[in-house]
Amino acid sequence: MPPKYHIETSQAPNRFPKITRSGIIAWEEGCLKCARCVKKDCIYQVYEKRDLDDRQMLDSLDSACMDCFRCVQNCPNRLIHKGLNPAYRALGDHYWTPEIISELWFQAESGRIPVSGAGYGGPFSGPGFDAMWTDMSEIVRPTRDGIHGREYISTTVDIGRKAMALEFGPGGEIVSRTPPVVEIPLPVIFDMLPWAPPGDNIPLSFLYGALALGTFAIVRQSAINPIIREFLPYAIIYVDGDPGSLHAQMLRSLKIIEVPDGEDPIALQKRFKSMHPELVVMIRLRLSPGARERSLYLIEQGAEVLHLVADEYGLEGGSDPLFIKERMKDVHLHLVDRGVRDQVTLIGGGGIAMAEHMAKLIICGADALSIDIPLLVSMECRVCRRCKEGISCPVGLDDVDPLWGSLRIRNLMAAWHSQLLEILGAMGIREARRLRGEMGRAMFFEDLEKEIFATMGKRG
Amino acid sequence: MTANHFHFPGIKKAPSRFRNALGKYRVTITKACTNCGLCVDLCPYGVYRAGAKRPKASCDHLCLGPSCSKNDFYCTERCPEKAIRILPNPSFEVLGDRRWPAELLAGTWHMAETGTVPHQDLNYKTGNSGGGFDKIRFILPKKNGNGSPGANENIATAIELNRSGDIRPRVTIPVPLYLGGMSFGSVSIVTMLSRVRAAAALGTFCCTGEGGYPEELMDYDDHIITQVATGLFGVREETIRRVRIVEFKYAQGAKPGLGGHLLGDKVTPRVAQMREAVAGSALFSPFPFHSVYSVEDHKKHVDWIKEINKKALVSVKVSTPTDVDMVAVGSYYAGAHIVQLDGSYGGTGAAPDIAKKNIAMPIEYALPKVHRFLLAEGIRDRITIIASGGIRSAYDMAKIIAMGADGVCLGTADLVALECIRCHHCESGRGCARGIATTDGELTNLMELEWGTQRIINMYSAWRAQLVHILGRLGMRSVTELVGRFDVLAHLDYIKQEEVEGELD
Repeated sequence: MPPKYHIETSQAPNRFPKITRSGIIAWEEGCLKCARCVKKDCIYQVYEKRDLDDRQMLDSLDSACMDCFRCVQNCPNRLIHKGLNPAYRALGDHYWTPEIISELWFQAESGRIPVSGAGYGGPFSGPGFDAMWTDMSEIVRPTRDGIHGREYISTTVDIGRKAMALEFGPGGEIVSRTPPVVEIPLPVIFDMLPWAPPGDNIPLSFLYGALALGTFAIVRQSAINPIIREFLPYAIIYVDGDPGSLHAQMLRSLKIIEVPDGEDPIALQKRFKSMHPELVVMIRLRLSPGARERSLYLIEQGAEVLHLVADEYGLEGGSDPLFIKERMKDVHLHLVDRGVRDQVTLIGGGGIAMAEHMAKLIICGADALSIDIPLLVSMECRVCRRCKEGISCPVGLDDVDPLWGSLRIRNLMAAWHSQLLEILGAMGIREARRLRGEMGRAMFFEDLEKEIFATMGKRG
Repeated sequence: MTANHFHFPGIKKAPSRFRNALGKYRVTITKACTNCGLCVDLCPYGVYRAGAKRPKASCDHLCLGPSCSKNDFYCTERCPEKAIRILPNPSFEVLGDRRWPAELLAGTWHMAETGTVPHQDLNYKTGNSGGGFDKIRFILPKKNGNGSPGANENIATAIELNRSGDIRPRVTIPVPLYLGGMSFGSVSIVTMLSRVRAAAALGTFCCTGEGGYPEELMDYDDHIITQVATGLFGVREETIRRVRIVEFKYAQGAKPGLGGHLLGDKVTPRVAQMREAVAGSALFSPFPFHSVYSVEDHKKHVDWIKEINKKALVSVKVSTPTDVDMVAVGSYYAGAHIVQLDGSYGGTGAAPDIAKKNIAMPIEYALPKVHRFLLAEGIRDRITIIASGGIRSAYDMAKIIAMGADGVCLGTADLVALECIRCHHCESGRGCARGIATTDGELTNLMELEWGTQRIINMYSAWRAQLVHILGRLGMRSVTELVGRFDVLAHLDYIKQEEVEGELD
């Protein structure tokens, strides 16, 4: 058995004050100047921590408040109130919600998984990934205790093409060539960002992070410069320029290269493999209704890895776009149906925002995922997209220290890894590889609604 | 059935233990007030108290709000100096979440305070989660005339827990609910005793959870379910012999497939002694029972308990995987009297967010699945199905019974009755700031036992009255008639009001 995969974490403090959901709004008017102000009773010592004079009732938006309402309920003159923080509501958008962003910050800061009491407080279900639940085991099937390390659950996956059978020559010698395969210990690679402030610091944070985690970060060929070049062994070059300028020496420092789907990606694949046979070639394919047929065609032509990408909201192209989870199911099942699924690796990306999306997309047929925006959020990005407009970043991401950035990424991935173990453990699955396509171990909103609620209100 | 003659405990007012109760509206009196005292006399809900300089709106959580304007006692209008302002309480929007919105919290607090349903415009029936219970309504026949007064008095709400037909005692509870396991350690001894004493007063049960059987509970042995869970913390033959129901906890909805975790801070010397562990060190309950990997192993477990306590009923608490119906059938054949299905959205203790949201299904799906499967197997009337995990209100309770449960098991609702505000920080620091889920001495002292007991009694008395009301409207004489009646329910996504005869509630 390979050594256990473990991600080192350490506290990586925020550079900016946290933006929290609610704050304390206090009004000075009418203060009795109590001898024993209720603020002294705060069990989280919010007022003391902020060095506020408790005789002063200053307006405050507070990030340390835990919403216990004790001061609100005990102030003799009812002068303390709570209110929602408008800056919190303004974070992100309908998909990258303030809740998702603040949980990503927490994980990146601490490396810990979000834990809370008092049950689940969110919506019953929702669009996209929120319309499915994962299975668990009890009595009739054992679980695995992965999270406390008592049983080893592997999250390793392979990237590359698989030979389905060995061919032997007349003398019994193996004549088939096994295609190259790259193992990553976490079913995640880092993708290019849809938008980001300029400069090398962000890609460097990604590359440092990839190095520490044993995975890879996709880097545009056009973005390669002497600094990035130092980290090529942890990079996947995305060929967005002249393939002829990628010389053999550079290719040999790579393990994986990505080419865009175009007129003849297979020709490009052949060209690179002729220069460096151990190179794994990924074909980047925009998800669309035609993805199933295109995937099948490319696999028949010899494709090794298909990187199926949706937009930052998890949507494919076209006028009536499907969500990535639906299209991934469609492609996966089509390839299963045609008997070619096991030959290739499918990597899905776009709209992956939480640890649970990782498990859910794998269940829907992906072998691994590519993530982008969460890595930026780990470095305190607020998903304001100002950089897209060329406006300066409110949290100064262009100047971020790559060492700090990579620590935040490492923490985030450690938390995601632990959460993947929770899901796998509850299902009793010992390997992320075995989770792929296990749709029978998931529950889908559409199916359950039809099965359970359809008969309501009907007699007999 | 003795439960028909059960004498329900009385309701006594139990106002908020904090100075300012939290309500939807905030009533303020400006300096223009001449202290004429008219508002104090006018308000039938007791919002005002006389004061030296001017009246105090000390109970503005009881205020009807602007909808009071149609009444002739509307204080804002009648005040000679127009000194009264009724405005939304700014803090109200911060309270609660999608499953327990502020109105449901405030409505539940009202029931716990007064024992009656809220008169204010608070939605105390559903939450705002956009699915499941919150989209399901009863189809109530249109009211015909006034109905005969007192017609609801003889509607039975009792259920029988032992339906197996074996030689063990029948155990009837006068309300179709009992209180779920919260261990000593996860909640304070005052919380634990309040729940146990309320359960005893209501003639039902309260589960110990996995944390031992504190001696304070011994006066209430006949109303206690003791839990055997994977860590076997505090489980002894002696405690198993004390009780009338023993519960095996295989899984819990809050963290299906995962073990429990009590943080070191909460493991005080007393907690440690009870659990035969070391103070200050975190305790993990493993998952699963490492001695149970099949229904046959499970039967061995059940037999073991039955051998130790010849009179006890055995309950099996499971969560809701895809094959929950198979688990339920297996539990029946292993000899369980009760199977408790714990849906994934409930739970009280600290759990990973990813588990609470994503692992296993909500109870609204699981319960009908199991009910129909057991019906098809021909064994539905031989086992009691208890639903838990996300039952927040009397309406949720009635709905899940109509979806196939015999009764329900509650936890969070009790805590809300004790003025939990669902800040979700049960696990941090010294524990619950409201003195509910804590073992910190000072915080534990925030709550008095008599008050806690009464709040829970009040709330469930109000629940029972609502259940009786629903049954009365449906023309049923007993809650047992409601079981599995999908025809009296409508899901708003699939049925429109026009398609329904009667009103949706």
